[in-house]
Amino acid sequence: MTAEALDATGFAGPHGAKPKQLSWGRVGIYAFLVIAALFFLVPLYVMLVTSLKSMPEVREAHIFNLPREPTIQPWIDAMFNACTGRNCTGLSPGFWNSVKITVPSVIVSIIIASINGYALSFWKYKGAEFFFNLLVFGAFVPYQVVIYPIIIGMSKVHLFGTLPGIIIVHTIFGMPLLTILFRNFYSSLPIEIFKAARIDGAGFWQTFFKVMLPMSVPITVVAVILQVTGIWNDFLFGLVFAGTENIPMTLQLNNMVKTTQGTIQYDVNMAATMLTALVPLIIYFVSGKWFVRGIAAGAVKG
Amino acid sequence: MTDVATTAIAVEAPARRKRRIPYAAIIGTLPMIIVSFSVFFVAIIFVVIWSFTNSGMFPGFNFVGLAQYTRLWSTSLWQVAVNNIWFFGVMSLCVNLVFGFLLAVFMDQNIKHESVFRTIFLYPFSMSLVVTGLAWQWILDPNLGLQESIRNLGWTDFALAPLVHRETAIYGLVVAGIWQGSGVTMAIMLAGLRGVDQEVWKAAKIDGIPTWRTYLFIVIPMMRGALGTVLLLQLTGIVRTFDLVYAMTSGGPGIATQMPAMYVISFITVRLNVGQGMAAATMLLLPIALILIIRAIVTTVQARRRGINA
Repeated sequence: MTAEALDATGFAGPHGAKPKQLSWGRVGIYAFLVIAALFFLVPLYVMLVTSLKSMPEVREAHIFNLPREPTIQPWIDAMFNACTGRNCTGLSPGFWNSVKITVPSVIVSIIIASINGYALSFWKYKGAEFFFNLLVFGAFVPYQVVIYPIIIGMSKVHLFGTLPGIIIVHTIFGMPLLTILFRNFYSSLPIEIFKAARIDGAGFWQTFFKVMLPMSVPITVVAVILQVTGIWNDFLFGLVFAGTENIPMTLQLNNMVKTTQGTIQYDVNMAATMLTALVPLIIYFVSGKWFVRGIAAGAVKG
Repeated sequence: MTDVATTAIAVEAPARRKRRIPYAAIIGTLPMIIVSFSVFFVAIIFVVIWSFTNSGMFPGFNFVGLAQYTRLWSTSLWQVAVNNIWFFGVMSLCVNLVFGFLLAVFMDQNIKHESVFRTIFLYPFSMSLVVTGLAWQWILDPNLGLQESIRNLGWTDFALAPLVHRETAIYGLVVAGIWQGSGVTMAIMLAGLRGVDQEVWKAAKIDGIPTWRTYLFIVIPMMRGALGTVLLLQLTGIVRTFDLVYAMTSGGPGIATQMPAMYVISFITVRLNVGQGMAAATMLLLPIALILIIRAIVTTVQARRRGINA
């Protein structure tokens, strides 16, 4: 369908069979795309080769060269031995903290958002739309604006700087987008499904668990991808709310790179950076199409 | 209107269609009710109220009028931060939109391996801004990075180390931001391009309109939806700018790349001057409020115009 639309641009020649000859226009198109692709790929390449070199080789300052003697020692050091100030544990504590933060936050935020979306689609009570509009507004509020009142609120209930505290914060700030996502999904379902369940005597929860939830697999996958990458990549909330006990990986990475004493271990720093990027990167490459769908779904707001 | 809406939950609705109140639904959405009301309504009101007080380490209610705002706008750190966000914002927005659109247009030329290109253009978006910042900091390292590598290849007076100079550090941030975010713009724009009716292209071709003019004057106006989405995403992202700067330059050299969002965080976590922090936070909210109001006006006008045309 799209291919036909593209033919009409004039670049691809007349309608019908694909042009076999290579016109200058085509060469230009590919040249632009390849150069753009290089711009996007080079940083990852540089990170990777730097992380596989030893420091003497890094100091030769040929960032584009492949490692002469590839070594994974920087990766091992980054994960287990590198120092943050005086604390030489590598990134592994940060990694586990991020896991401890991400897993419950993703589960809780998705459960809440799916119920919100379901209620907003099928059980509109008076006032529901008001709260939903507040949430939509919340999707645009810069986090920094409301952080302070949340700090105060969290301290009042003694959750500031604790693991449950940061999980709650992630749930709060994930709620606007996820609720919009689930609401749009449930609203697109045929109302007959809901009516049939109601006629069979199913109530709010029964309809949700027995009918709606089994149908929500695709949107849940999108939500999981969005949330895992989003929470894993978070820096600001970790900085403010996690406390010293639960520093997430991104924050520890930054501290590690910034507080090096003596010679800076660029190879270890890059290995650490790659390690921190690994989880979202794997999710991105494995999920492919779904990731793009998540972005599109998040963008539907407009 | 808001009061009516909130109390209406408890009060029986004046039944047009007599219906029971779905208590289960209210219980199920209790987290939404609590969060939306307390965080995105009450908390914001408190932020604005505290911005008119002389709260120091702890929030208080000793009102001092606009004193925090006059102090804010006479502080050079804030002035620098505001100038920076304007510069960074306008630069990022323009480059991001143009580059993202060009990528989308070129991707839309029936090219081979489209999904490979798409994967490459989008992967940086999956990575955190901290990772982005640190990666680019390393590439732009003045001693061992790109500059030195190219000098070692023989071009001995090559100079590209923006992060160490006050005047140029912000360009480094822009490049890193573009690298991380323009793939998304491309993806949304591409969807917008593909939503344009093929007949439009045929008609333009018959009329002999050059391709570039068709894009500029016919296609772009037709993909307003995609453009609006990109603009909204970008603008909200720009106002929030924090992680990238924190990781890449820490606001330096000196205060050359400080940002308003960093000012807010610094005043509530390190400097412990709540009133000042809240005044800055209120200023941060202002552009978003403006954007949302403009957006609301545009949609109402559009809806009305559509109504007339119909």
